[in-house]
Amino acid sequence: MIPVEFRGFAWRHAGRRAQAVAGVDLRVEPGERVLLLGPSGSGKSTLLAALAGLLTDDSGDQDGDVLLDGKPAADQRDRVGILFQDPETQLVMARSADDVAFGLENQAVPRDRIWPRVRESLEAVGFPYGLDRPTHALSGGEQQRLALAGVLARRPELILLDEPTANLDPEGARDVRNALRAALADTDATLIVVEHRVAEILDLVDRVVALGPGGALLADGPAAAVLAEHGDALAAQGVWVPGAPLPSRPARAAGDTALRGESLSLTHPGTDRPALDDVSFDLRSGELLAVTGPNGSGKSTLALLAGGLVRPTGGRVTVPGEARPLHKLPARRLATRVGSVFQDPEHQFVTATVRDELAFGPHQAGWPKARIEARVSELLERLHLAHLAAANPHTLSGGEARRLSVAGALAAAPGVLLLDEPTFGQDRRTWGELVDLTADIRDEGTALLAVTHDRDFAAALAGRELVLRGGRIAEEPTRC
Amino acid sequence: MLTLAPVCDADAPIARVNPVAKLFAAFAVSTTALVAADWLTQLLLLGALLATVPFAGIRIGALARRLYWLWLAAGTVVIVNAVFAAEQTGAVLVAIGPITISSGALLDGAEIGLRVCVAATAGVLGFATTDPTDLADALTQQLKAPPRFTIGALAALRLLPLLGAEWRQIAAARRARGLEGGWNPLRRARLFGSTMFTLLVGAIRRAGRLAAAMDARGFDSEIPRTHARRQRMRRADWAVIGAGVLVCAGAIATSAAYGTFTVFA
Repeated sequence: MIPVEFRGFAWRHAGRRAQAVAGVDLRVEPGERVLLLGPSGSGKSTLLAALAGLLTDDSGDQDGDVLLDGKPAADQRDRVGILFQDPETQLVMARSADDVAFGLENQAVPRDRIWPRVRESLEAVGFPYGLDRPTHALSGGEQQRLALAGVLARRPELILLDEPTANLDPEGARDVRNALRAALADTDATLIVVEHRVAEILDLVDRVVALGPGGALLADGPAAAVLAEHGDALAAQGVWVPGAPLPSRPARAAGDTALRGESLSLTHPGTDRPALDDVSFDLRSGELLAVTGPNGSGKSTLALLAGGLVRPTGGRVTVPGEARPLHKLPARRLATRVGSVFQDPEHQFVTATVRDELAFGPHQAGWPKARIEARVSELLERLHLAHLAAANPHTLSGGEARRLSVAGALAAAPGVLLLDEPTFGQDRRTWGELVDLTADIRDEGTALLAVTHDRDFAAALAGRELVLRGGRIAEEPTRC
Repeated sequence: MLTLAPVCDADAPIARVNPVAKLFAAFAVSTTALVAADWLTQLLLLGALLATVPFAGIRIGALARRLYWLWLAAGTVVIVNAVFAAEQTGAVLVAIGPITISSGALLDGAEIGLRVCVAATAGVLGFATTDPTDLADALTQQLKAPPRFTIGALAALRLLPLLGAEWRQIAAARRARGLEGGWNPLRRARLFGSTMFTLLVGAIRRAGRLAAAMDARGFDSEIPRTHARRQRMRRADWAVIGAGVLVCAGAIATSAAYGTFTVFA
């Protein structure tokens, strides 16, 4: 366990004009466990990267000092371990145990001492498989636990966690938190965590530090005291403060059927088990149907089929006024009937500016110019994107990119909108904006289907819920 | 579909041979096949390669699927060389419009196709029975290849299958936006370009994150790494290299004794 100190620390990423953080002064005592809170853009991840020694001279300009045990952090990488949020890009090797060994090889640990430490770390995180388990066969939660084992095996004196469960489904996130709890009980390392979802992580920390924009210190103290005193301000900034009230936007009465799926099945070539098996449902205008279920239950497959994006191996999806099933419609026509919003907004961007992105669908559908312009202005205004009209979509923040992807799918005024995990990994403020936006779209008469793990989102908006398990309907749609 | 899974079990005899030894033997056979320009040498080499299969613990079905495309490619080499031969000699076998194939040109084409086939089979036997991790270990430990190269290649290899899944996602998202190639080749090409651009943007971000995660675990520290998995050159591995060289020498000697051996020029 080592003390950590920022002294007048500032960092500007190469090629940016503004500083990511400026004038940070913070001391963390040896063995302390700190939760670092702050809105998007307050530089939390930059502070962790600085402690992990990952801010090199050629990646930006630094002012002030980052000290571990009184010495510059950049020279002490061996004493620090960091767990990032994306499990896919933390694993290096094809076999699970090799991946844990990777960090020990880099530390020049002799071979006969590597394997006992690998086994010990895998046990500490509750890794359920053998040493040779292929890393690509692991679920997100299992991969993240393996990455944690890789961090622990190096016996770090300072452990950094950068939103360790943000990319995971609820079960995976719970397993990772349990692994963290068990592992942290066995070590006296200093700990710094960045996490939006405060409630789940609160029992792991004894101090909360809240940052404002640019890394200014807002509050610092014992967790309970900080949350009691600054809870409202933190919630307004996007932190999921436990107990803060959530909005509820119940639907009015639903209208006529806007999209119907009949006996939908999909079996991927080369597999025996269908990804989706004989699923029928109807979707009505003015309602939101939440599709839930564990990972691999066929939720995302259902969204692809309902959007007419993949040809089903059995059954069909239809909308009123089209004789052909959706998957046979030409793409330009499909976009005027059903809009699909994907989990990764960047997958949907096809033009170089926000304005063109919104004009794209209507243009493809052959709308007259004046109507397109009116539609684009309306959407820019409504989704608070007007100040970004000329920006490149790939440069937007997470929340802005999400809003743009919804606006783009809505642009050609389809009667149905399908959303795949719309609130995944969003902070509390963006989440609230998305709930309001979705409710408005629904109340204008659009039929909505949302694939989601997010209980709060479904509770706030859904009229009915369809539960899938193993590719089949586990529970027929009922009123939530 | 692109698959890199070995065509044998992890404990099959050929999988336990040091990858460097296997690749050296395969390299010797391939080089001989490409240099020699006569039938006998090629047939002897091919016979020797196929003779090792039953003893090596290779799954025949998996190997046949892997070789299918290579042999198909060799088949096209035969046809192309027969049709576009500089001169058509011997009896005319096929004459359809402008296409003429004579027996002499067909034989020459078949000889070139066989040569490609032998060289490719040797390569597949070497690579497709080798686990990529073992190969990286052997390259680092026996040939002293820099770990930045070998481990970096392994990490990239792990991300490769993700690109396939991501491509399908992006393609579906394009259709949802109203973009489709259809029958227009120009539009298809533009769609391909834009899908590729999105894929690359994602891949570069991902590579950056992976590099940071590797450095955070000390990959760029200056200390020489240790090796968790040891790769050694045992007597059996030297024997594999020896056998590879002997087969080549034997094939050339036999062919020379029959007076058929020629060198490709």
